[in-house]
Amino acid sequence: MTLEDVRPDTYRPSERRIERERFRRARTRRAVIIGAVSTLATAGLLIGLVVSSPGWQRTRETFFNAHDARASLPKILDGLWLNLQLMVVCGAVVLVLGLLLAVTRTLRGPVFFPLRALATAYVDFFRGLPLIICLLGVVFGVPALRLQGVTTDPVVLGGTALVLTYSAYVAEVFRAGIDTVHPSQRAAARSLGLSSAQTMRHVVLPQAVRRVVPPLLNDLVSLQKDTGLVSIAGAVDAVYAAQIYAGKTFNYTSYVVAGLIFVALTIPMTRFTDWITARMNRRQSQGGTV
Amino acid sequence: MSDGTSTTPVLRLESVRKTFGSTVVLRDIDLSVPPHTVTALIGASGSGKSTLLRCANLLEDIDDGAIFLDGEDITDPRVDPDTVRRRIGVVFQAYNLFPHMTVLDNITLAPRRVHKVARAEAAERARELLARLGLGDKAGEYPDRLSGGQQQRVAIVRALAGQPRLLLLDEITAALDPELVGEVLGVVRDLKDQGMTMVIATHEMGFAREVADQVCFLDAGVVLERGTPKQVFGAPEQERTQRFLRRFAEAGRL
Repeated sequence: MTLEDVRPDTYRPSERRIERERFRRARTRRAVIIGAVSTLATAGLLIGLVVSSPGWQRTRETFFNAHDARASLPKILDGLWLNLQLMVVCGAVVLVLGLLLAVTRTLRGPVFFPLRALATAYVDFFRGLPLIICLLGVVFGVPALRLQGVTTDPVVLGGTALVLTYSAYVAEVFRAGIDTVHPSQRAAARSLGLSSAQTMRHVVLPQAVRRVVPPLLNDLVSLQKDTGLVSIAGAVDAVYAAQIYAGKTFNYTSYVVAGLIFVALTIPMTRFTDWITARMNRRQSQGGTV
Repeated sequence: MSDGTSTTPVLRLESVRKTFGSTVVLRDIDLSVPPHTVTALIGASGSGKSTLLRCANLLEDIDDGAIFLDGEDITDPRVDPDTVRRRIGVVFQAYNLFPHMTVLDNITLAPRRVHKVARAEAAERARELLARLGLGDKAGEYPDRLSGGQQQRVAIVRALAGQPRLLLLDEITAALDPELVGEVLGVVRDLKDQGMTMVIATHEMGFAREVADQVCFLDAGVVLERGTPKQVFGAPEQERTQRFLRRFAEAGRL
C-alpha cells in the first residue's frame, strides 16, 4: 500500500462504527452472562443430585478418601515414572515405525511388491490382534523360549508389545493423511523435477502429517494409558502401585488418584497440539473465516 | 449512474473501510450499483478488488462505513449474514466447487438445503441452467474431471441457482486460457442481457469496456477514478489510471 506512506492516515472512527462496536460488546456481555448462569445452574443441579443420592456417603469413603489419597500418592508417583518412560520411548518408536510402514505401503512399482506386501500384512495382523493377546504372548511367551541374548525384562518386552500394536494403528493414520493430499500437489512437485522420494519428503508428508495430528494424538493418548498394561508382567507402574494399595486397604481411592493423574497428563498434551495446529493454520491463511 | 437515481441501488457502499492488521485495504470506498447494471472493478493485484467483493458478501467484516443491499444495511451486526448471502451469488477465481459432489449436487445443494426447493424441482432447474450454458451432458460428472472453463461455468450456474439479486464475480477468468476466457465471458454477457446486476473484478479490460455500465479503478484501497467505460478507458484523468491502462495497451490487451 504505497499511498499509506505518502498520505498520513487521518482516519477517525465514525458514529456508526462506535455504535456497532457498542452493540457487539453488549451482545458478547449478554452471551457471557447467559453462559455463566446456565453453567452454574447445571453444575449446582448435578452436585446436588450426586450428594443427595443414597449411596453417596459410602461412595465418598471408598473412592474419594482424602487420607487414602495422600497415603497412596507417593507410590503411585514412583510407578508413574515408569509409565512416562514407556510412553516417551514407545511413542517415539511408534511414530517412526508407523511413518515408515505408511510410506512403504504407498510405494509404487513391482520392485517394491515384497516390501509393500510385508507392510500390509504387518498392519493387517497387528491392528486386528487384541493388544492383551500380543502382550501376553510377548511378555510370557518370549522368555519361555529361553533364547540367548534376548531380554526377559518385563518392561522391555511389554514396551515391545505396545510398539508392535500401536505402530500398526499409527501407520494407518499416516496413510490416511498421505492419501488426502491432492494429486495436483504431487504433480506440481514432480514437474519441478523432484524425485518420488523427495516429493514424499518435502511436499506430501508435511501436509499429510499436519492433517493427521489430532487422530495421531488420539493414538498417543491411548498408548499412554495402555502403558499401564505392562503391570500384568509384574512391573510396578502407577496402575500396579494403586492396585497394591487397594489390595492392602480395601479402599479404592488409589485407583481414582492414578486415574486422575493419567487424565491430567493428557490434557496439557491436547492443548499443546491444538495450539500448534492453530498457529500453523493462522500462518498459512489470511483473512476472515466464515 | 444516471439511471440509478429513481430506483434504490441493489448494492451501495458508503465510506467503507477495511484493514488487515495495520494495512488499510479499503479506504473510504463509496460505490453504487443500480439494478440491471454491471460494474467493473479494475486495478492492479492487491488494490482491494477481491476484498471489496468479499466484504459485500460479508465474508469479511468491515471496520467502518456501511454496505446496503436493496437499501438494507447488511453490515449492521443485528443482521443475520446468512439471509444476506442467500440473496447474493458469488463466483470465485479458483471456482471453489466441492470436489466430492457431482456437478448436479454442487448446483442443487443450496437450493435444496437453503431455499428448501424440492429435489426434483432443483435438479430440473439446474439441468436447464446447465443446458443454457452448454453443459447439458455434464450433470453427473465430478468437478475435477472437467476443464477449467467448464468448471467455471458450473460455478456460475451454482451461483445462479439461488436466483440471486446480485452476482459478484471475482476475477473469474484469471485461471483460464484465452479460448476458455471467451467461453466464460460469453456467459456473463448473456447474463447482462437478461438483466442480472453484477459487480465484476477483472483484468479483462476489453471485456470490461464492452460489458460494464460503470468502471471503477481501484488503487491502494481507494476508488481513484470512476465513470463510464468511455470516460475511464478513453480519457482517464488520473495519472495512475493512465499508467495502469498504458501497461495493458503495451501488452496488447486493451
